[in-house]
Amino acid sequence: MSPEIRDLFRIFAVGFIAAIFHTVLKQSGKEDFAHWATLAGLVAVFVIVIGYVDHLYHEITSVFLLQ
Amino acid sequence: MHIVQIIGIGLTATILAALLREQMPSFATLVSLFAGVLILLLVVRSISGALAAFQQLTATAQMNPMFLQTLIRILGIAYVVEFAADIARDAGESALGGRIELAGKIGIVLLALPIFKDVLDVIVRMIP
Repeated sequence: MSPEIRDLFRIFAVGFIAAIFHTVLKQSGKEDFAHWATLAGLVAVFVIVIGYVDHLYHEITSVFLLQ
Repeated sequence: MHIVQIIGIGLTATILAALLREQMPSFATLVSLFAGVLILLLVVRSISGALAAFQQLTATAQMNPMFLQTLIRILGIAYVVEFAADIARDAGESALGGRIELAGKIGIVLLALPIFKDVLDVIVRMIP
């Protein structure tokens, strides 16, 4: 399994765990905690994705001669 | 280009995004964005070989390399803009996708203007 595919599954896992946390915390009446947990998961995933988007940006600017 | 690998990434990401879509739509958007980036990375790596071949062809034909460079730049802008606009449209922000496409169209027009000017110059010179 290549590191890219591993990152894809990692993103899915973070999303799944965030969804479970959201449901559990909401049912126990802690809605603000639920929203913070979702936000933390979103930031963690965003950090992974932004690295790859940056990589793609550099690759495209070099291949398509965009400066 | 590993076509089987690309299909595998696409199908896996589709299933994962569909699983997340009901509970967490934002995570589903990120999964599809990530898969799109991966597929585009694989495609861009193999497209560079084709572009090098075209550059060699224009060098053999002794054409002005500026024309092909502009064409390649327009191709790159079109790919990136379509990618970003599709992501925005998938997340339900079709207005934002339209704005991104507008920006891409204006960028393409700005790049194509020098070639258009060259064509006009040739036409003006032919008129006695």
